[in-house]
Amino acid sequence: MKTITVVGASLAGLYAATELRSQGFDGTLRIVGDEPHRPYDRPPLSKGFLTGDLSPAQLALAEPEDEAGLDAEWLTGHRATGLDVRERTVVLDDGRRLGTDGLVIATGASARRLPGPRYDGVHTLRTLDDAVALRGELARGPRHVVVIGGGFIGAEVASSCQATGHHVTVVEAARTPLIGQLGEEMAAECAKLHGDHGVSLFCGTGVERLHGEPDGRGRQRVCAVELSDGRVLSADVVVVGIGASPNTGWLEGSGLALGDGVLCDGGGLTDVPGVAAAGDVARTAGVRHEHWTNATAQASAVARNLLAGTALEVPSRPPYFWSDQYGVRIQFAGRRGAADTVRVVEGSPEDRSFLAVYEDGDRTTAVLALNRPRSFGRLRKRLAAGTAGAAGVAEAAGAGVQASAV
Amino acid sequence: MIPVCHLRDLPEGESVRVPTDPPIAVFNADGELYAIDDTCSHQNASLSEGFLEGCLVECPLHEASFDIRTGNPTCLPARKPVRTHPVTVEDGTVYVHVAAQEGTAA
Repeated sequence: MKTITVVGASLAGLYAATELRSQGFDGTLRIVGDEPHRPYDRPPLSKGFLTGDLSPAQLALAEPEDEAGLDAEWLTGHRATGLDVRERTVVLDDGRRLGTDGLVIATGASARRLPGPRYDGVHTLRTLDDAVALRGELARGPRHVVVIGGGFIGAEVASSCQATGHHVTVVEAARTPLIGQLGEEMAAECAKLHGDHGVSLFCGTGVERLHGEPDGRGRQRVCAVELSDGRVLSADVVVVGIGASPNTGWLEGSGLALGDGVLCDGGGLTDVPGVAAAGDVARTAGVRHEHWTNATAQASAVARNLLAGTALEVPSRPPYFWSDQYGVRIQFAGRRGAADTVRVVEGSPEDRSFLAVYEDGDRTTAVLALNRPRSFGRLRKRLAAGTAGAAGVAEAAGAGVQASAV
Repeated sequence: MIPVCHLRDLPEGESVRVPTDPPIAVFNADGELYAIDDTCSHQNASLSEGFLEGCLVECPLHEASFDIRTGNPTCLPARKPVRTHPVTVEDGTVYVHVAAQEGTAA
């Protein structure tokens, strides 16, 4: 391969490019990104960036010298609008056609929006520009913030808004937030974090519609959220955190197999030779993950597999994600089955500090921790090594060391 | 020179966080003691809570890995080193000698 184009300049795209170089690719490397920014880290957008603790510069995923070392041609601020697999050409929004031997699709996902009219004051949170806009509104003083969706983004936004002095309500359609990820029992424990900090949580209700009012400058601004159970919540700011959809629109009609993502084998290769996908946009072996660690692991594998022309490397580590809410670090790893049982093996839910394992019989399938990073790390390793049986749990739950002096 | 803990409270493979400003992590790697800045150079996470294997500690959040002998990152996402600090043991007590803010102590 003489030329490889990476479409997507976020975590997966940057890591794929970095890995291509570190694995010896010395041809022309292009990185296309629709945002005007160089690669930045998204997880802090709902946390430290929203609270004002981090600046945009602190979000950079690569130092200038690392970017220089990539020796890549950066085409940021350009959206890819099409792919011609027969001519091996990526089409950009300005009409340019980029011929390429290899292609890494890393276009990520976009935040879902509510249907209906668009009002000022309604935000999603996916990009740096989204976060800058939301942060700007919140900086004007205490606001009534209604967060629609109690998943990780929603909960983190609620936490950040609460921490910066806003009045916050979270609306969740399911009967408990995160029930799909954590199961009923543990989801209920995590949901208590909202109430602990004075944030109202309304579950089991969808949103009927948003109410707007004229802002006096010829625009309509959101003023309330009407729930499907009839309640109306007044709102100065609404944040919609109802999930994300993979950015595959530009690939429609290209011949690539799509279906809630770009369909790939376990190693991230599509059925078109020389075309691979990584990160949130990739559905590898039937599964699509929107996790930070998944993006980096896939990017590394995809670089290797693309250069080899075959899936030499298939990432196999259990999925892992984390969330920081109200000063509590939630970490989860593994593949939880719907019928798995869960038990707390260390700490206590009342203290919002515990380690819990999910089990299918005597096999550990997943692990969850609140503010127990060390024990979690050990169990996660065992899970990855496939040795997290009952004995592994007992050992991992053994004591750490406390600072006794100073 | 800051007292950390009794040596017997820091067995092999374990670590302890010293709540200095910035905090420091002290490790017992197979009998050798090492100290580095506790906060991962990538993002806010405590390396004393990381996974220690030999002389490498893995950040509990993003799996950045550091060589605790040198403070250098060994893989992404960390790109910058963390400071190292000399460690001594006197009369069974572990002490850390905080390095100057600039540069790293060898």
